Amino acid sequence: MMHVSEKDMSANSELIAFRLGGQEFCVDIMSVRDIRGWTQTTPLPHSPEYVKGVINLRGSVLPVIDLAARLGFKATEPTARHVIIVTQVNNQSVGLLVEAVSDILTINAGAIQPTPDVASDLARLFMRGVLAIEGRMISLISLDCVLPKSAESAGTVH
Amino acid sequence: MKKVILTVDDSRTIREMLRTALSEAGMDVLQAEDGVHGLEVLQSSMPHVIVTDINMPRLDGFGFIEAVRSNDQYRAIPILVLTTESMDEKKDRARRAGATGWIVKPFDPVKLVSAINRVAA
Amino acid sequence: MDTMAAIKQTFFQECEEQLAELENGLLAIERQEGDLETINAVFRAVHSIKGGAGAFGLDDLVRFAHTFETTLDLMRSNELEITPGLVKLMLRSADGLADLVRFSRDGADLDRARIAQLNGELSRAASGEAAAAHPEPAAQAEPEPAFEGEPTADENGFTPIRFSLDDLLGGGMPAFDEAPAAGGLTVRFKPKPELYAKANDAVVLLRELRRLGETRIACDTSDVPLLTELDPEGAYLSWSVDLDPAIEESAVREIFEFVVFDCDIDIASQPAPAVEALPELPEPAPVAEARPQPAAAPAPAPVVEASNVVQLAPEREMTPTETLIKAGQTPQPAAAGQQTTIRVDLDRVDRLIDLVGELVINQSMLAQRVTEAGIARLSEVAVGLDDLEHLTREIQDSVMAIRAQPVRPIFQRMSRVVREVADMTGKSVRLVTEGEGCEVDKTVIERLADPLTHMIRNAIDHGLEKPEDRVAAGKPEQGIVRMTAAHRSGRVIIEVSDDGAGINRARVREIAVKKGLVEANAQLSDGEIDDLIFHPGFSTANSISDVSGRGVGMDVVKRSIQALGGRISISSKPGRGTVFTLSLPLTLAVLDGMVVTVSGQTLVVPLTAIVETLQPKKQDVHGLGDASRVIAIRGSFIPLIDIGRELGYREEEADPLNSVAIMVESENRSQSALLVDGIIGQQQVVIKSLETNYGHVFGVAAATILGDGRVAVILDVDAVVAGSRADAGRSDISNRKRNAA
Repeated sequence: MMHVSEKDMSANSELIAFRLGGQEFCVDIMSVRDIRGWTQTTPLPHSPEYVKGVINLRGSVLPVIDLAARLGFKATEPTARHVIIVTQVNNQSVGLLVEAVSDILTINAGAIQPTPDVASDLARLFMRGVLAIEGRMISLISLDCVLPKSAESAGTVH
Repeated sequence: MKKVILTVDDSRTIREMLRTALSEAGMDVLQAEDGVHGLEVLQSSMPHVIVTDINMPRLDGFGFIEAVRSNDQYRAIPILVLTTESMDEKKDRARRAGATGWIVKPFDPVKLVSAINRVAA
Repeated sequence: MDTMAAIKQTFFQECEEQLAELENGLLAIERQEGDLETINAVFRAVHSIKGGAGAFGLDDLVRFAHTFETTLDLMRSNELEITPGLVKLMLRSADGLADLVRFSRDGADLDRARIAQLNGELSRAASGEAAAAHPEPAAQAEPEPAFEGEPTADENGFTPIRFSLDDLLGGGMPAFDEAPAAGGLTVRFKPKPELYAKANDAVVLLRELRRLGETRIACDTSDVPLLTELDPEGAYLSWSVDLDPAIEESAVREIFEFVVFDCDIDIASQPAPAVEALPELPEPAPVAEARPQPAAAPAPAPVVEASNVVQLAPEREMTPTETLIKAGQTPQPAAAGQQTTIRVDLDRVDRLIDLVGELVINQSMLAQRVTEAGIARLSEVAVGLDDLEHLTREIQDSVMAIRAQPVRPIFQRMSRVVREVADMTGKSVRLVTEGEGCEVDKTVIERLADPLTHMIRNAIDHGLEKPEDRVAAGKPEQGIVRMTAAHRSGRVIIEVSDDGAGINRARVREIAVKKGLVEANAQLSDGEIDDLIFHPGFSTANSISDVSGRGVGMDVVKRSIQALGGRISISSKPGRGTVFTLSLPLTLAVLDGMVVTVSGQTLVVPLTAIVETLQPKKQDVHGLGDASRVIAIRGSFIPLIDIGRELGYREEEADPLNSVAIMVESENRSQSALLVDGIIGQQQVVIKSLETNYGHVFGVAAATILGDGRVAVILDVDAVVAGSRADAGRSDISNRKRNAA
């Protein structure tokens, strides 16, 4: 479980909120580089199910992760209406396949509540906390663990 | 008139330091990286003063000074050699080869400029 | 960045170059290939580092460099015998100097005790063995002045008339300036011809004196001879200068600092004498009527050839004791045809390469559109496009060549590694290198350093036996580590080998079983056992010496090489030694490939691996065992590899009759036939990294972007071939999900 550090408490963050698997999630806008419509990916041999493949992003090869599958939901059947959020984590660019982008939120870090105990292990791996906004519950995602950690685990993580 | 100084040294670092010190003193700087190069530069320019190192590849300071002094066109150009304190023997040898004066390394920009003023109007 | 910081950066860059020169020179001397110029260059390298270090106040560095330089100076002036032991000390000192430089630059760890010890050894070498210093060459004798007599009529019948300049100047001693206050210094100054020969100028000095304060300058022209006897290079004038009392003697002496030897000078604090009566100057200096010998030859000389002048410099003959230096060699001027170079920011080169890469993609997309638009092959447009393709290719080759560099610097770094590891393990080792001039893309070279270092450490620590064991085995005491680089079929092949004991297969197997990497009763070939050392989780834990480092196993080396798009293989003979072979792409940027379809996916197969393509015929395809198939080609049987299955694109077997077989040759020269659905064409593709944003994937060398903008995978032929061989014994397809190969 990730903790929001004390010093973040007073800072404002901007977040991009999106929908998948019937739920709402968000990520820090600082790590978002681009938002694109869905394009057909080139699959990678022996990749885990949540790695849809790679696409051409202005001349570099960008892996696209099916975020729903990664979070343990059913795998996405992408259509032209789906969206790829291009994020940057630790000097790597990764695309996240989601259903739709819903909002851009400005929140105070103090508004982030800890992830409820009932969340699954998988969920806890990725979630930094939850937000209550206008009656909606939006889960904050940490991108650090989204990509497979190393070449070995690419073949073994389910 | 701005003085033009030809600096001859195989060390980039020293060339840069000389350039900085001399430009700040309002002089123009030509550079060469060893004696052969220095002679080439002299073919197309007439500096007011030459500042040269001793240890250089292809043609060292002594050889360079001798070459300059044996050339009618350039023999009257004052030449200052860069020497390290301990090498008195080098200083003597440089003088015998025809050096006008010397500057001790590591050089003090103020002393450098005053040495130049002592050999060129 | 301010100027000093920028120059400091320049200094450290230069230090690296000097350190390389230093090491090369010393190694050449060690190999007995050095000459006088080599040792001069070695001296200059240290001298240069010391000079710059002094300017930045890097005292530790200056001190050590000074001791080092002193010893080198004695060596080059032949006052210190150059023995193999001394050269080894020089090499160790060079390593120490490098450490000091890096410490001064980044604060990296420094073994001060070792530096101090080296310092001591250098001092002892310098003082203990230095021959008595050569006596100063005798000072040039002053020529005797010739004497002139009374003028007599010359051959033209003219009788010379005495003419005194004094009359012209109004007699006696003309005085300039107002007299300064009494009680100050008086300078009497009579230049000798040497003063002028060295381009000093009395007028400049006098002006400098005037700048100090009030002065009165008087010139004595009484020594000026008749015009016929006047030597244009003579010195006939002298001056007397009265100075204001406020002017200090030290300031005056400083002005005359350069000319002290070349003039008669007297600084006295007496009241200024009457201007008219200039006393005789004390020393009977050779009077200027003489024809003096200027320091330089008077005859005009053209700008001298470097070789001519350099010969003036060496004053000492080389003695027979210089066994490691070729005797009698004149220092060579720089080789004719020395190429001019310029320094270019690497970022600019990278940008250029990126742009050229985009150009290639664009050009191929254009070609595709043109074909799709149905434009005739022989039309002007198509022809123009062909020209464009050729031009693009040429530009690309030229641009790639910019970044290509010889592997030499990396190989040279290894020689230090060898020295250190040999020292640490107490083994006697010699490094032999070949193919240092082999050129490789700069980025590849940089990333080779760590893997190569580790392999060499391994070779010396584990591969080579201890000296006594080698002798007992009938081998020479000194072990050899060999590093070679060469171009072969579009790739760079680097081999690191040792003539040691080879891989201890029994031990490797034992460890692998203990670590659960293989079953206790598994049947493994020699090659398979050797490959085990690349397995993550395998490391010879028992013999972890300081040298190889904990936990840095060969698996890390393998991954580093793979990340470069290369591969590594091992071959070992017990008692004889081990060879690691690295195969690397020539450039990380571009590839000639065959575009094929497999299971609905578009793939690129590197052309360099392809031998031929063919359409399998029913009678040529045979089953082998329950899981393999082979194809008969001209009498031999070649294994068939189902790419679709190997890469996990589909489970069912491909129908060979509906496929195309691409015959490939792998690293170890074995042949296989890859089954693909169809061939689209051949084209040059720009290699895009998969590692950057993702990581390594089995069977994938890299990715590329095709003309339609889609990403296509570039096949790692050798990995797939090796993978299918390993699977030959297993029918469980799910086992193929792994990355090792």
